[in-house]
Amino acid sequence: MTLPLAVVGYYEPWWIQIVKGVVIFAVGLQLVPVILLAERKLLGRFQGRYGPNRVGPFGIMQPLADIAKLLGKEQSRPTTSIGLLFGLAPVLSIVAAVAALAIVPFGNVVDIFGERVGLYGIDVGIGPLYLFAFGAVAFYGLMLGGWASGSKYSFLGAMRAAAQLISYEVAQGLALVGVIITAGSLSLVDIVEAQAGMWYVVPQFVGFLVFVTAGFAETNRAPFDLTEADAELVGGYNTEYGGGRFASYFFAEYLNVIVVSAITATVFLGGWQLPFGIDPPTWVDPLVVIAKIFLFVFVFVWIRATLPRLRYDQLMSFGWKVLLPLATVNVLVTAIVVVVR
Amino acid sequence: MTWDPGDDVIEVQRGPDPGGLGGAYRSFGETLRGMKTTFARIIEGPKVYQYPEEKVPVYPRFRGRHKLHLFEDTGLEKCVGCSLCVAACPSDCIRVVAAENTPDNRVSAGERYAAVYEINMSRCIFCGYCEIACPFDAITMGHEYELSDYHRSDMIFTKEMLIAEAPERTPLRGEGE
Repeated sequence: MTLPLAVVGYYEPWWIQIVKGVVIFAVGLQLVPVILLAERKLLGRFQGRYGPNRVGPFGIMQPLADIAKLLGKEQSRPTTSIGLLFGLAPVLSIVAAVAALAIVPFGNVVDIFGERVGLYGIDVGIGPLYLFAFGAVAFYGLMLGGWASGSKYSFLGAMRAAAQLISYEVAQGLALVGVIITAGSLSLVDIVEAQAGMWYVVPQFVGFLVFVTAGFAETNRAPFDLTEADAELVGGYNTEYGGGRFASYFFAEYLNVIVVSAITATVFLGGWQLPFGIDPPTWVDPLVVIAKIFLFVFVFVWIRATLPRLRYDQLMSFGWKVLLPLATVNVLVTAIVVVVR
Repeated sequence: MTWDPGDDVIEVQRGPDPGGLGGAYRSFGETLRGMKTTFARIIEGPKVYQYPEEKVPVYPRFRGRHKLHLFEDTGLEKCVGCSLCVAACPSDCIRVVAAENTPDNRVSAGERYAAVYEINMSRCIFCGYCEIACPFDAITMGHEYELSDYHRSDMIFTKEMLIAEAPERTPLRGEGE
């Protein structure tokens, strides 16, 4: 009997599954402060300054100081807010981001203590759909937070998040369809293995561009950070949040960056595969994936340092009039090419 | 009757119309150009001073904290307590109380000397009028600009503090720097 979600074709003992869950959570958690610091330092370099370099050697303790500061703050909420939802929303954001991290394959099946273990949380038979499902749930975190705050700016940010979600999820999904048609599988592990000869970034270049662009919108980062928009909305959905809850939102945002980078690396940059037939030992595979994640984080920061925030209607028209047609044409051409060959 | 522009018509080069796939294609190119610009900043390296360790050098005529001067040969104060700086000061931050020099207590070169010479640095606007008003060049503007302190009372600089050299010298900007 196969389980409806995980079709792995082999049996993993229960303790391996628990260990895998803990390890993925821990790795995700450890990556966030690193990326936080990397982003601030890189942003500094992009702007001709150093970035944080005071706390600890080269400023490496800066994220720790930030988190300690945020956790030490008072938990306050406006009188107009709805207590339960106000507390629930950041949790929802984090849970959705961590859950999406589960399908990122860091390597193929390896032998650990005589057991066959896949270096991923679960190899879902519906891979990208799982990703989009939790991506949508992550937006619920933003929308609930904005709405439950009982404040105008938060509400505006939440509404923007809702509109942004429907403008971009469609194009993002269609961008992945091209890859799925080419690979002939929905499983991310199969997709990675299908890229052994050539990474999909070459044949699916348009899909790659659409996916990455939509990824910026999905993670609410510049130039599509309209839901936060510190200059116009004071902070958007997280205006009323402070202390640990704000830290949760912040955390979820960076976790989302990791997830989107990891999915892009998996789907378009060949996951743990290296080009030119280089085949390193199995234990290098997770490091390759993490290196590719950092490559994309660099691109994220680079874009943030370069592009100004789009106007609201520009974002909408860009999503519907440019990305969606491009993704659709990409899918059609891919389908025709696959069938004809 | 409409005005005929005749030969006055000039071709104005306008930017391309935004929007559509063509606009997206153009903006993609422009995005890459922008990314090249920002990446050049990384290669260029940071252009900032690490302030407490490296200080921004000041120009020679920078108006910072005041200095009271002594005669180098005799060691007597140049200030004769005339209070012209007090009169010139627009923010009224200098206080001078003059006293007579006596043969056994000779402080300045003139007839009188400043028994009290205080500058309230929290009020001073660093205009340099005191320097211009002084007939003996006894007070000049120095180069120190790190004047913050924890209490307002600590911002009142006495004569001894103004005569003393600053503990740390502010770097001076060289020629053409």
